Amino acid sequence: MLGDGVIIASALVYMGLLFGIAYYGDQRADAGRSIIANPYIYTLSLAIYCTAWTFYGSVGLAAASGVDFLPIYLGPTLMAVLFWFVLRRIVRITKAHRITSIADFVASRYGKSGLLAGMVTVIAVLGVLPYISIQLKAIATSFNVLRLYPAVTMPAASAQQAVWMDTTFYVALVLVVFAILFGTRHIDNTERHEGMVAAVAFESLFKLVVFVLVGAVVTFGMFNGPGDLFRQAATQPNLAALMRFDVVPGGYGGWLSLTFLAMMAFLFLPRQFQVLVVENVDETHLRKAIWLFPLYLLLINLFVLPIALGGRLIFSNGGVDADTFVLALPMAQHLPDLALLVFLGGLSAAISMILFETVTLSTMVCNDLVMPILLRANPRWLAGRADLSGLLLGIRRTGIAAVILLGYLYFRFVGESYALVASGLISFAAAAQFAPPILIGLYWKRASRLGALIGLSGGFLIWAYTLLLPAMAHSGWISAAFIEHGPFGLAMLKPYALFGLAGLDRYMHAVFWSMLFNIGGLVLGSMLGKPDTIEQVQGSQFVGILERKRHDGDSLLWRGVVETAELHELLARFIGPHRANEAFDRYAREHDTDSLQADSRLIHYTERLLAGAIGAASARVMISSIVMGEVLSIEEVMTILDESTQVIEYSRRLEQKSRELEAASAELQEANNRLRALDRLKDEFISTVTHELRTPLTSIRAFSEILLANPDMEAEQCSKFLGIIVKESERLTRLINQVLDMAKIDSDRVEWRIDQVDLRALIEDAINSTSQLFRDKAVVLQAELGHHPVMVAGDHDRLTQVIINLLSNAVKFCPEQSGEVIIRLPSLADTCRIEVIDNGPGIARDQHKLIFEKFHQVNDVLAGKPKGTGLGLPISQKIVEHHHGHIWVESEIGQGATFIVELPRNG
Amino acid sequence: MLKNQHNTRLNENAWQPEGTDMANKILVVDDEPNIVLSLEFLMKQAGFQVRTASDGEAALAAIAAEPPDLVLLDVMMPRKNGYEVCQAIRANPAWKGTRIIMLTAKGREVEREKGLALGADDYITKPFSTQEVVERVRELLAEAD
Repeated sequence: MLGDGVIIASALVYMGLLFGIAYYGDQRADAGRSIIANPYIYTLSLAIYCTAWTFYGSVGLAAASGVDFLPIYLGPTLMAVLFWFVLRRIVRITKAHRITSIADFVASRYGKSGLLAGMVTVIAVLGVLPYISIQLKAIATSFNVLRLYPAVTMPAASAQQAVWMDTTFYVALVLVVFAILFGTRHIDNTERHEGMVAAVAFESLFKLVVFVLVGAVVTFGMFNGPGDLFRQAATQPNLAALMRFDVVPGGYGGWLSLTFLAMMAFLFLPRQFQVLVVENVDETHLRKAIWLFPLYLLLINLFVLPIALGGRLIFSNGGVDADTFVLALPMAQHLPDLALLVFLGGLSAAISMILFETVTLSTMVCNDLVMPILLRANPRWLAGRADLSGLLLGIRRTGIAAVILLGYLYFRFVGESYALVASGLISFAAAAQFAPPILIGLYWKRASRLGALIGLSGGFLIWAYTLLLPAMAHSGWISAAFIEHGPFGLAMLKPYALFGLAGLDRYMHAVFWSMLFNIGGLVLGSMLGKPDTIEQVQGSQFVGILERKRHDGDSLLWRGVVETAELHELLARFIGPHRANEAFDRYAREHDTDSLQADSRLIHYTERLLAGAIGAASARVMISSIVMGEVLSIEEVMTILDESTQVIEYSRRLEQKSRELEAASAELQEANNRLRALDRLKDEFISTVTHELRTPLTSIRAFSEILLANPDMEAEQCSKFLGIIVKESERLTRLINQVLDMAKIDSDRVEWRIDQVDLRALIEDAINSTSQLFRDKAVVLQAELGHHPVMVAGDHDRLTQVIINLLSNAVKFCPEQSGEVIIRLPSLADTCRIEVIDNGPGIARDQHKLIFEKFHQVNDVLAGKPKGTGLGLPISQKIVEHHHGHIWVESEIGQGATFIVELPRNG
Repeated sequence: MLKNQHNTRLNENAWQPEGTDMANKILVVDDEPNIVLSLEFLMKQAGFQVRTASDGEAALAAIAAEPPDLVLLDVMMPRKNGYEVCQAIRANPAWKGTRIIMLTAKGREVEREKGLALGADDYITKPFSTQEVVERVRELLAEAD
């Protein structure tokens, strides 16, 4: 048993589920991770085309006139083939001009005409009312049929009940609340509703599965497969006719007009335009939709004829409305669960249509009708309000409620006497009125506002006269004589045979005249008046949308679509064109792609590269601004880029500054450390110098005092002490001179007199100067200086000082009598070399470097011998180094020592 | 003043050393031969028995051979500096009675403190006054007695 409670509860749970999906979709969209950005969701969302009309009405139509239901699906299928040529243009223009609805589109094309926008809105609302009414009717009827389960009984017509007894009325109220909750939670300036699209995609899948399930149950459960079903049907002549193509009213002309209507409706019904165009996130999704959507249509139509025939066979007494066969058959088969699913499937199809249609229409009503009027009526009052979003939401909610309730009124007073499909076609015909201004406007630059206004009004009037008024007449609102004889008996104006055109199916008739007036008006109007500048600009932009290049000045970027070149440009701004080229070349090599359209991997790849330059968060923002975000023109993106580049540049400079400061402070620290080390060295130096000075001074003072205190000292001892005093005084003098010399060299205050110097002559001079020392100790000096002058650039006196120092040291360390010193001047290719070799005690290896340090003396060896100043070698080293040369010692303990000076050769 | 006069008077008789048996034994240690020579002369003139050494190890060898009453000890020397020698002397209880006077050419307060901390009895900075050296030596030996 299915009580009202179970049915209503199921319906509410299902609606709650849709709401949950929509909520999740919106959350993800806000977080920048869209769940609808793939071609499958897009394709499924297109199936919003399949409303309760499809779900219940196709079977109803098929049961009455066989394959007559097919044009409604052939139209979209044909249109899908044209997606790439027609829809892609529309999508691209819509993104480029930030168009939010079909009214907006028409108005934009014709010089942003507010009048046209308003007119499209009015036509859309009026045109869609029959369509909405059939959704309400379908929900109410299916509910009323289902609640009577297990009996399969047709409910009483609503018109016979008071409004508050009418299920349809409550259905309408529930839908008002639901649509308002769903569609106007917040206002998005792109007028995109990702959550709703996600919900529609889900429900499209749901209604397809349920419908196919019913078809399968009927075909295979209630009959023994399609063969059995068609055989049984073929036995009945009235059913056999349904399987032929000649049953369509109006013959092939009727087929053609219905197919045409469906094609146009598929594109230009307000919700279709919304889902196909405004909600499109990536125009490449069209490629998949081109074949995937027709496949969906094929699947959902596969069982239409079997169900219709099955219904006719099972309910052969005719007591069951064919529009309810889909529901009634599972009920008759006692499958309450399936029946409930069918109810939910129909509800689902109806809800999604009403939801999107009313939200779209309410947006149009608000933006293109109410707000312009308010702005014109009282601009100051509007301007004074800081936040208009509350007002906008109020208008939209009112719009939603008004559209649904008007739909209910249409249902109650007009539509109930019509089959679902009949009412639906009236809406299709209305939507078809938008085709000429849009399609012709896409390809004909000269199409003007005047033409569009004339054509649209003409087409609309014909539509209203040939379809809407007769529908009202059928319902008894207007005298039926109006149909039979024309107004005031004017046969020429009979709505189904206008201007004497009789014998056509009423839809074909309406299509013919409305399109004639519409297109004719458009063309004539465009030829008559000269379009103004803005019309021309918009016209040429719309017509030339596909030809426009990115560098055309106001080229644009699309949501979700990004060209490889744009990614490249973005990247190049941050990492430089060269590196960007390299990166993209590498990517192309690795992924074997040269597509103009960047795929998600390339976007990710770019993001990673960007992240390296500006950080992950900024990269995300930059990428999403061109890929995911709202439509931004390249100028806007570049403005953002330039701003962020400036910020980046600024922070880069700040970083650099702080790095420089760090470096400077590190340098200071180091200099400070060096100064401290120098200070310690200076202290040590002074302490050492003090020590060195005090030592001879001590002897001098001691012996002076001794001599002074002992005036009667023996002459021999006296002169010995005096000799010591003189020697120590000389030592002191020498020391002071060398300390000063060292200090001068250290502080670079020496005046170097660089001349061409002959080393050979110089060494001979030095030998002469030190000959006394050699004689004193009886040390042999052997000079091997060759026979040619050896020229170097140098300071003659300073170099002589070095040689004298080396010779003096050599003598000092040589043993008396057996001492031997060799000075050599070997001829080498690239350097001048002087070697001073002694046969003294030698110098331990660990001392080889130390002996060139100030005041370092080889004490062990010198014990008991007269000391030097400890500055001779350091000074020699300084002098040699100033000549860009080297000085070092080669020696072993007990092997004598060789001091070597190398100076760069002249030239 | 009184001492100075006394010293002066004593110096006047420098050529007659006091009895060698009674005389205190002094070890002069320095690596500068002229300084050793001058100190040796001064100490002998003041009536002490004098030995000399020119580095730290030689000094310790001499002390081990015959402990002196007083060591005049230079600081900056090869093969064990004055501080090490001072430490070694103080480490040996047998040499407890040996007085030590450090001689240094550096003259910084730190050196003086260090020497005294290591157990030196007195501290003289080079260049020194000959009178003062003799006076200090006498004073220390008098204290010891």
